[in-house]
Amino acid sequence: MKLRSIILAAGLAGAAATGAIADGHGGKVKVGMITTLSGGGAGLGIDVRDGFMLATKGNENIELVIEDDQRKPEIAVQLADKMIQSEKVDVMTGIIWSNLAMAVVPAATAQGKFYLSPNAGPSALAGKGCSPLYFNVAWQNDAFYEAGGTWASENGVEKVFLMAPNYPAGTDGMTGFKRTFKGEVVAEVYTQLGQTDYAAEISQMRASDADTIYFFLPGGMGISFMKQYAGSGVDKPVMGPAFSFDQGILGAIGDAALGAKNTSHWSKDLDNQANQKFVADFQAEYGRLPSLYAAQGYDTALLLMSAASKADVKDTEAFRAALNEADFASVRGKFKFAPNQHPIHDIYMREVVKEGDVVTNKVIGIAAKDHTDVYGVDCKM
Amino acid sequence: MTIILLIEQVLNGIQSGIMLFLMAAGLTLIFGVMGLINLAHGSLYMVGAFAAAAVSAATGSFVVGLIAALAAAAAAGAIVEYTVIRRLYDRDHLDQVLATFALILIFSEGTRFLFGSFPLFLDIPAAVQGPVTLPGGIQYPLYRLVIIGVGLVIAAGLFALIARTRIGIQIRAGEADREMIAALGVDISKLYTLVFALGAALAGLAGAMVGAIQSVQVGMGEPVLILAFVVIVIGGIGSIKGALVGALLVGLTDTLGGVLLPPLFGTFMGAASAASVGSALASMSIYILMAVVLLFRPTGLFGEV
Repeated sequence: MKLRSIILAAGLAGAAATGAIADGHGGKVKVGMITTLSGGGAGLGIDVRDGFMLATKGNENIELVIEDDQRKPEIAVQLADKMIQSEKVDVMTGIIWSNLAMAVVPAATAQGKFYLSPNAGPSALAGKGCSPLYFNVAWQNDAFYEAGGTWASENGVEKVFLMAPNYPAGTDGMTGFKRTFKGEVVAEVYTQLGQTDYAAEISQMRASDADTIYFFLPGGMGISFMKQYAGSGVDKPVMGPAFSFDQGILGAIGDAALGAKNTSHWSKDLDNQANQKFVADFQAEYGRLPSLYAAQGYDTALLLMSAASKADVKDTEAFRAALNEADFASVRGKFKFAPNQHPIHDIYMREVVKEGDVVTNKVIGIAAKDHTDVYGVDCKM
Repeated sequence: MTIILLIEQVLNGIQSGIMLFLMAAGLTLIFGVMGLINLAHGSLYMVGAFAAAAVSAATGSFVVGLIAALAAAAAAGAIVEYTVIRRLYDRDHLDQVLATFALILIFSEGTRFLFGSFPLFLDIPAAVQGPVTLPGGIQYPLYRLVIIGVGLVIAAGLFALIARTRIGIQIRAGEADREMIAALGVDISKLYTLVFALGAALAGLAGAMVGAIQSVQVGMGEPVLILAFVVIVIGGIGSIKGALVGALLVGLTDTLGGVLLPPLFGTFMGAASAASVGSALASMSIYILMAVVLLFRPTGLFGEV
């Protein structure tokens, strides 16, 4: 008798569980995160991971597997194979760099896995190479530059000096800026990737008749340039995408960055409830200010959880539709997906300011409203 | 291009050469005296920069930070020599490369463990901030002139040390014939530790000086290490004079190549392609310089066979 009732109870519990899945609630999602946690650029991956984990904290339906790609495409590919074949994840995310994304994303989506990009947005994946399973939660790579060009044209910048490292993201960024900038480009300098000394370029800037310097130098390159520029006595205003003025970098540049303008889809002072909660929670959890990478990781997790609460990840069509609704409170305020599953969002202009002892960013206006990328027209799906 | 801009760029080239010299001097000393390829030299440069950043942040004094950088790098060098490098003198170069590469990884991840993944803040002292006006109306950052000055003082000090002191004699003798000087009663292992610590201290000093105008981050030493190897190959392995001349040559070629080549190509091709071909060729220029030097002087400019 006793045995029988246990079996009955187990059967009922089982029925309840399947019922829950059929209902679209309680389905577990296994997430594989491949990101950069060691070597140069580890700060970005750590922020994405921390932002993601902050959002999923306490959510038992999200199972997370994290691996370090060391910023190497071949390692990222190996890890992706491992996650798809032996870990059997449902959704992948985490990659920071465009070249790694290009190595992993097409293969992952071809094998039927969802991929949510928390950072990289190469043009190929927004246009011809778009996929129904690929969602970009961050930005298309050109977004900040196009917004920068628009803002510069509308705010009296006439002659600009462009500088970027000589690699695809650098040249693409400058192309994006020139696409929307209406003034004159007096010089366009491409430096070596990883260059640490910018004395020669700063001398050229001093000699040029540009009224503004626009540059993209991610990571340590930007730190070196800003410190050297501040000491050089050249007083032309500088502008760039947020990557060169991110919170992780500003601490190392210090006062030398004050006054620099930069475009971003997010800022810690954006006035919406989701963002205030995010900034406060992040500081309480990790003891540092969040960066835009952390914000992107957080948004990615919010999007994933919003879809997981509506549909079962095994039902690809339903889950895709749930993702496409973007039914979550983004820390950047408004957020929705364009037909190519890349964001439509406002890009803000920020200025580097000092709050007490901390050098940080402050929003000074909107650079591009409801910005979306130009590649979507080539996306057929 | 105006003449003033050209002079400014030559100064930039000299300054970048001097920074390279600080790095290359230690490397060439170690390579010359012990025949050891030390890939971890860049890590000692990083140790110097991190020590300077941490200590000057704590004390508020750049000079104290600089002293800490010297001490930390020399200590790290001595410890590494005593525990690891010592076992490698008799091995071939491949083993040395492998072991010192492992040291790079250990230093990098160790530094990350201690200081985290985010770049540290290290600023130049207020007294030498900002630009000065040189004769002819050239504005030039004062700190870069200080770097040139410090580099020249170090170069002079090293020449005096090698040429005039007892340790210098032992170092030169060690380069020429290490068995013989051991047979003459010189404590060769102590000498090696000393030379290694000296080379490490020079790298640490370079890291701290340069860290103030660059980014103090994990892995900052590796790009400089490659250039430093180019410098000592051009200058002749083991020669301090060669390191100085080689460093200046590399600094000037690198800077002037980057400045002059794109406009030069612009005279006969489109602006966009000139910019990309010119910058690509400029990045190659120092390696072309090295190839040309080796073609005519296989042992480098001041190297002995």
